[in-house]
Amino acid sequence: MSKSKSPVEHFDPRMEWEQLMASAKLRDVEFTSLSGSKLKAMYGPEDAPLELGRDLGYPGQFPFTRGVHPSMYRGRLWTMRQFAGFGSARQTNERFKFLLAHGQTGLSTAFDFPTLMGYDSDHDRSLGEVGQVGVAISSLADMELLFDGIPLADVSTSMTINGPAPIMLGFYIACGERQGVDPAKLRGTIQNDILKEYQAQHAWLVPVEPALRMITDVMGYCARRAPQFNTISISGYHIREAGSTAAQELAFTLANGMEYVRRGMAAGLDVDDFAPRLSFFFDSHLDFFEEIAKFRAARRIWARHMKERVGARDPRSWMLRFHTQTAGVSLTAQQPENNIVRTAFEALAAVLGGTQSLHTNSMDETLSLPTEKAVKIALRTQQIIAEEIEVAHVIDPLAGSYFVEAQTNRLEEEAMKYFAEIERRGGVVAATEDGWIQREIHRSAVLYQRAIEQQEKQIVGVNCYREDENGPTIELHRIDPAVEREQHARLADLRKRRDAKRAKVALDDVRDAARGSDNLLERFVAAAHADCTLGEIADCLREVYGEYKEPKIL
Amino acid sequence: MSQKKIRVLVAKPGLDGHDRGAKTVASVLRDHGMEVIYTGLHQTPEMIAETAMQEDVDVVGLSILSGAHMSLFPRVRSELEKRGLGNVLLVGGGIIPGDDMKSLEAQGYAKLFGPGTNTDEIARYIQAEMERRWKLEGA
Repeated sequence: MSKSKSPVEHFDPRMEWEQLMASAKLRDVEFTSLSGSKLKAMYGPEDAPLELGRDLGYPGQFPFTRGVHPSMYRGRLWTMRQFAGFGSARQTNERFKFLLAHGQTGLSTAFDFPTLMGYDSDHDRSLGEVGQVGVAISSLADMELLFDGIPLADVSTSMTINGPAPIMLGFYIACGERQGVDPAKLRGTIQNDILKEYQAQHAWLVPVEPALRMITDVMGYCARRAPQFNTISISGYHIREAGSTAAQELAFTLANGMEYVRRGMAAGLDVDDFAPRLSFFFDSHLDFFEEIAKFRAARRIWARHMKERVGARDPRSWMLRFHTQTAGVSLTAQQPENNIVRTAFEALAAVLGGTQSLHTNSMDETLSLPTEKAVKIALRTQQIIAEEIEVAHVIDPLAGSYFVEAQTNRLEEEAMKYFAEIERRGGVVAATEDGWIQREIHRSAVLYQRAIEQQEKQIVGVNCYREDENGPTIELHRIDPAVEREQHARLADLRKRRDAKRAKVALDDVRDAARGSDNLLERFVAAAHADCTLGEIADCLREVYGEYKEPKIL
Repeated sequence: MSQKKIRVLVAKPGLDGHDRGAKTVASVLRDHGMEVIYTGLHQTPEMIAETAMQEDVDVVGLSILSGAHMSLFPRVRSELEKRGLGNVLLVGGGIIPGDDMKSLEAQGYAKLFGPGTNTDEIARYIQAEMERRWKLEGA
């Protein structure tokens, strides 16, 4: 009987649990994160070694793990910024006004492929693509129509464009000037992140070096003239959507950001003059905790890099502010209404991760551009998170969770390994030009597809809980082919009524600046005022710099 | 007959830069023993048909996420026919509404696979269709 007492005396709850776990019958699934990282059944303090001051700090304090603002959402909620754009400038202007009327707090512009590639709507290569995936903007006149009745001094506008981004920013600045708004009053963000275009999204204009030079021109111009405008939105979104893991998204995005900083400084700019206007853009995918950890790790890595390695002195240069979009690739064409639920979870992760602004995808986006109804539900999803479920009251509520802190540490470590590998390969430009980054992303995309097809990862409606589908169950948004014809007519009219001599001089000035070293954005603004078209300005750049040729990936 | 390898051209027509699907399918078809050539991005219908001719392919696969599918499938088909390649098997996929998929298939432009399709299904379709065609040719 004396034996029966000892197990009680030496009861070790941890060992007890481990024994029970070892003998428990577990579900037959892969216990891994969405990015394939092995997960333990439970996390404890030993998994999340933290030095509070060094690794977490307080909100608004280095290293900003807990958020960039001291008051976070108690001070101001995130900006609800739905990405929108389709058809003509007139149609998108109406959608903008619809979104503003329903409580959206910032604008975000999607352009069509011809615009993203620097072609006018009437170029041969634009055939069939005008207004399809975004709005067609070929001139200052189009830009003025896009923001008709929307005072640019009062809204903040994000523009998702990269190759021709400096030209489009020229149109925007000129549009503000026509409204009587000084560039210094303009608020917003131009994506202008060309490195991830070569790596993932693939809408480029000219080769890497001249493209980077245009970016430093934008940073220089805005530091002087438009100090409230974010000059680059360094984007992991497209890297993730192209198939990367969470760690790759984090690492490649921040590596790109570090390169822009290096370039800006090499162009003679003071880092504290331009770094505060760099912003970031991440994906929020399905793995709730991994995504929250990714956002927290991103802030910490950037702050350490900018303060400790770059030597920036202004704390605003250390802060990683970011926009988030829920994961387009996570949406399914099957049972599309389920996408509302996926998007809500992804949006919640972004909020718990401390995002500054958020786009929630609409349920119908695997089939077409969203309808008004679908967009409204997506916006309402954010409003429900903000107003109903009481999550915005407490800052960084998951800090101290053994699991979330362990994941935050893991993602930081994985990113650091990638930084070392990129450096070994000669830096991010070399690793992009030889296709290494693209191949890394592709490899992850294939692994993810395999995981779904082998049922290691379950997608409701796709590889489990399937239903017989009889066509779409929801109404879809259609682009009127008349948009293309109207754009042709508008451009023909513009070319007829403008001052031809003035336009020619403005284009010659662009060419001269491209060959020399004058600030190109200044020339783009002048060319916009002279009614030069996007394609004409882009052609000058193609003439001087040539076109980018993608490396062989497969 | 099983010695003969199916030659596939995976192509990205138009200005659309979304190549995740195209490259994933290309890799899967290669794993299924096919000879796969990938065009890279931003191809015109003429460029695709030219490559199809030079590479002497049996199959052309188009991936379109730009909304321009109603214009691009017919144009690629017509460029192939112009070069005497009317018998090339044309398949495709992307962000294409169901009604458009049905309409393009009904008009005989291509066999289409929507989002969420198992990639093995695409490979099996191509294998079965090419075997059927080769058998007919042999007979």
